[in-house]
Amino acid sequence: MNAGRVKIERKSADIVIVGGGTAGCFAAVTIKEMCPSADVLVVEKAHVKRSGCLAAGVNAINAYLGPGETPESYLDYVKRDSAGLVREDLVLSIGQRLNRVTEKLESWGLPFLKDESGRYKFRGKRSVEINGEHIKPVIASALRRSGAGILNRAVATNYVVKDGRAAGVFAFSAREEKFYVISAKAVICAAGGAAGIYRPNNGGPARHKMWYCPFNVGTGFAMGLRAGAEMTTFEMRFIALRIKDVLSPTGTVVQGVKARQINALGEEYLNRYGSDSTPVRLYATVEENKAGRGPCYLDLTGLPDSDNSRLKEAYLNMSPGIVLKWADEGVEPNGKPLEICGSEPYVVGGHGQAGYWVDSRRRTTLEGLFAAGDAAGGAPKKYVSGCLAEGEIAALAALEYIRGIEVPAAGDQEVAAELGRVFEPLGRQKGAAPDDYEERLQKIMDEYAGGISANYELSGPKLLIARELLRELQDEISANISAGDMHELVKAHEVIDRALVARVLVEHLLYRKETRWRSYQERVDYPVRDDRRWLVFVNSVYDGETKNIRIIERPWKGLG
Amino acid sequence: MAVRVNRSLCNGCGDMAEPMCVAVCPGDLLYRDESNRCAVRDWRDCWDCAACVKECPRQAIEMFLPVQIGGRGSTLTARSGRGRITWKLTRPDGKEEIFEIINQTFNEVK
Repeated sequence: MNAGRVKIERKSADIVIVGGGTAGCFAAVTIKEMCPSADVLVVEKAHVKRSGCLAAGVNAINAYLGPGETPESYLDYVKRDSAGLVREDLVLSIGQRLNRVTEKLESWGLPFLKDESGRYKFRGKRSVEINGEHIKPVIASALRRSGAGILNRAVATNYVVKDGRAAGVFAFSAREEKFYVISAKAVICAAGGAAGIYRPNNGGPARHKMWYCPFNVGTGFAMGLRAGAEMTTFEMRFIALRIKDVLSPTGTVVQGVKARQINALGEEYLNRYGSDSTPVRLYATVEENKAGRGPCYLDLTGLPDSDNSRLKEAYLNMSPGIVLKWADEGVEPNGKPLEICGSEPYVVGGHGQAGYWVDSRRRTTLEGLFAAGDAAGGAPKKYVSGCLAEGEIAALAALEYIRGIEVPAAGDQEVAAELGRVFEPLGRQKGAAPDDYEERLQKIMDEYAGGISANYELSGPKLLIARELLRELQDEISANISAGDMHELVKAHEVIDRALVARVLVEHLLYRKETRWRSYQERVDYPVRDDRRWLVFVNSVYDGETKNIRIIERPWKGLG
Repeated sequence: MAVRVNRSLCNGCGDMAEPMCVAVCPGDLLYRDESNRCAVRDWRDCWDCAACVKECPRQAIEMFLPVQIGGRGSTLTARSGRGRITWKLTRPDGKEEIFEIINQTFNEVK
């Protein structure tokens, strides 16, 4: 297309935040509370009122320290659940803030369920029940009240890099042919993780019926990779155990009403698999299916009738699809066991530990760039409250960093190059549509990099095929992807970013020659966990010039 | 997943620059068409978050399960009020079930 007709709008801020979700909004509010004169701008692809993971709501805060729990016991739990390998400093710093940030959500107007004594209602040791349908509007209201600037429907594409540091963000409008050049003293990446890398459970008109937000496509990771920032632990994929077809979360019935997890023979099967860690609950279900004892279910048939309505309300607060499923099947929740399955694998830092390699203050390896929430690696099981905690930590570090720094401006040459890259697919006459390339990417990943159809199993020879096919696909996409309008241009960049994330993921999966996290990272050619050799972090750096990915091994260090 | 717009109820939010459903869809899947009503751009891309269902002031958007994953005609609509949301579930036989849930406490107003 003729890039000359694109309107360029320049903006500047002290701190620009990419992503107006859980971590991004909380970071912005924290900055304004600590320093009201700071000029903060949140750049959001959708609309902050209902964007990202919390668009539908959530019915529990899954990381809150109940009676007897401490930040140290939270760290022990996360470490145990993650086969010993986590960044202890990061997890502990989250644990120290969980309760305070959760209580702040309540002060903002989020309804918490309480017992007779007025205390939070727990479901398990570290989870409290909420009416969370409105959680995102509640957080967005706090953002608006804080006075931070908000740029909705602005799709971030790359960082402005000046003298080796992050100095702003390039973005384009999802509505019109407009290109934003946003200069800033510091940048916080809170852009979420990546869905849609693998073929989803359902096809056709239900293809986006996934657990993780399908509009989180790994753009934050891709921006960091293109700027040379170091990433960590992409190989710890997160695969959610979910209710079949509608992909609704299972915690509500497993922890909330203590449903039995059974196979087709009616046997409770988890005890066959040694541990009840999050990965093993999925792995056990996959193995039962492979052994001919599937499908597997959550058995709610013992639930009293009086609980049916309560359960439906809990799901309306988070995942209304299951309520439609019960109605379409003509059953109440306790009328029939719920069939369960795994989702497609996601690359996320909130449930898994994929993301930017950060220090304890959430500084990435690119100076001036901070990361929080699903974008930050090394600390799994953050959930909502952990993302809030990381937003706060990143905000405080960014505020300290910008002291004495001037806002730099992006050079004209750099602006022209990025504008050309961003708008190139628009109006391209030849080539294929974003949907076509998305399906190609998902087919490669599903078949050769351990998707659902491969029972999530990985092997060196198949991963090497994936490596080659993805490299070719990345070149094809750059040369051919075409977009008929602005909506398709957004989707084109989503595929471009997903393809890069997929390439890096495959390199991580190839490098870890052991099996550490069942199903998430299940090398059938290296089936054993190996702490002596592999209690290390697998990190990576991308070279934008050569398009090569370099793996860096970082030693695991405990708190000592 | 799927939502559909009841065109006899939708008025495109009148003179508003952007209808609320269009503003909030996280996938940017809704738009105002030539007849000044809202339409779903590509319902294959819908995530089932129901943001549009909740924001519509006229209850003109309903969600349902596609046939491909076992949908048989049940629908959900929502009415958002101050501090609460009222869901209406309509079964294939027309039987309705209503759920009223407190979703905000407005503590910040104190």
